[in-house]
Amino acid sequence: MTETVVSDTERERPPALPLGAAPPTPKAVSTLEFTSAIRMEARGLNFFYGANQALYDISIKIPEKSVTAFIGPSGCGKSTFLRCLNRMNDIIVDTRVQGDVLLDGKEIYGPGVDIVDLRRRVGMVFQKSNPFPKSIFDNVAYGLKINGLCSRAEMPERVEKALRGSALWDEVKDRLQTSALGLSGGQQQRLCIARALAVEPEVVLMDEPASALDPIATQKIEELIYELKRDYTIAIVTHNMQQAARVSEYTAFFMLGRLVEYDRTEKMFTNPGQKITEDYITGRFG
Amino acid sequence: MTRSVRRKAFSRFVESLCAGAVLLALVPLFFVFFYVLQQGFSSLNWDFFTKMPKPVGESGGGMANAIVGTLYLIAIASALAVPVGLIAGVYLSEYPRTRLSTATRFTADVLNGIPSIVIGIFAYGLVVMPVKHFSALAGGVALGFMMIPIIARTTEELLNLVPGTLREGALALGATRSRAAFSVMLPAALPGIMTGILVALARISGETAPLLFTSFNNRFFTTRIDQPIASLTVQIYTYAISPYDDWHRQAWAGALVLVSGVFVFSVLARVVTKRLERMHRT
Repeated sequence: MTETVVSDTERERPPALPLGAAPPTPKAVSTLEFTSAIRMEARGLNFFYGANQALYDISIKIPEKSVTAFIGPSGCGKSTFLRCLNRMNDIIVDTRVQGDVLLDGKEIYGPGVDIVDLRRRVGMVFQKSNPFPKSIFDNVAYGLKINGLCSRAEMPERVEKALRGSALWDEVKDRLQTSALGLSGGQQQRLCIARALAVEPEVVLMDEPASALDPIATQKIEELIYELKRDYTIAIVTHNMQQAARVSEYTAFFMLGRLVEYDRTEKMFTNPGQKITEDYITGRFG
Repeated sequence: MTRSVRRKAFSRFVESLCAGAVLLALVPLFFVFFYVLQQGFSSLNWDFFTKMPKPVGESGGGMANAIVGTLYLIAIASALAVPVGLIAGVYLSEYPRTRLSTATRFTADVLNGIPSIVIGIFAYGLVVMPVKHFSALAGGVALGFMMIPIIARTTEELLNLVPGTLREGALALGATRSRAAFSVMLPAALPGIMTGILVALARISGETAPLLFTSFNNRFFTTRIDQPIASLTVQIYTYAISPYDDWHRQAWAGALVLVSGVFVFSVLARVVTKRLERMHRT
């Protein structure tokens, strides 16, 4: 690994604007109406890796109990933005945030915010499944233990609930004490989802959760996301356009660090407001 | 054609060079081991392990006190060095670029290269001088100081091999930085770290110089931490430079026990690592 604290997840940094290329101009999203209450909201968010600005003036509302998909070409800043929502970028040295993000109307970058509590409320599932080298049970119980969310006696019940929630229970109920690393890739990812669900977050962030999985495992994850949105607010980054269309209610299109367009998914995919969105969605570039 | 033949010949030549170098590296090891075995085995008997040293002029006796003493010193050194080394290693890995970590890393590498006799002098000044007598504690401290840099650097390097995604996973569940380091990162790196600790143990168990004026030596059996204590290495040294044939034989036997002990440690390191790794994988 490198000498730095920077995590070794493959993070894309947005390239500088190509010479002569005009940055896409964001369109006002005022016409967009939500059918549920707003759970998270970014207001004029700018983000910097050192001197490089990765996000420009992102303002977006994420409604509860629905799936909001972030799409866009590699390096457009969608993952960076997602990681701003639970302050995961804080651990990367030399990064800076301007503007703010609200969770239930409260600023998460404000002074006195408990990051640990924030991350408990805003869970995250990563691109590459990252089960801890512990037993299946201990993986799910980890968040409960460190946050002291339940007594030792309640633990099995909570673990079972989380594993049922991620549709993994029937596959692992007889091997809870075996290592999580013995599971298949898709099972590992669902375990990571169960782990995130166990602490009962309000929002679940998913960073390309199915990009490393085969089609069948991917389908299971998508079905799961579909189930989860009844109880959770979900924001998902995906490279897969069909996936965004299948699982999400709202879709945000990012490019070169800017939010180009944000609308209801069916509108984005049938009648996008911007030419560049249409070009991307129809695969003319990307 | 000739070109191809030439290339193959050259390849052969380099191969044999490599094989030769390997043999050359192994020859001293084999010589030492077989000589110690040959000389020591004849003097080795049950008494050696169970009996105390006999007074000069009386033959027989053993090194029970020194064997126990060496184990005791190793235990003191480990009790001191394992926690310090582990925690320092975690710090180095978690905060690799602070001024403190850069300084610590540099210091650890220098400390690793310092002659062991100098470490002994340091422990002498630190532990022996204030109380004005030799003690097992002083010997343990000296050996501990030798272990700390090895353990700290091994821990750091192995933690760096653990994917950072594990740390992020823990943080995303509401773990604090230290909680993530100690409950996820450290266990993930544990098999390798165990090897590092056992290698460090093997290394210090053969040290004589740092013990000469710290734990000194003791003709009698003791497990008191504030008293001088016998150790195999110092006992071997004392016996080897003595004029008595019987003591020479005992020194050989002691050397054999010591070499075997280190050998067992090394094998144990491998086995434990394999075991732990397998536990992690399945």
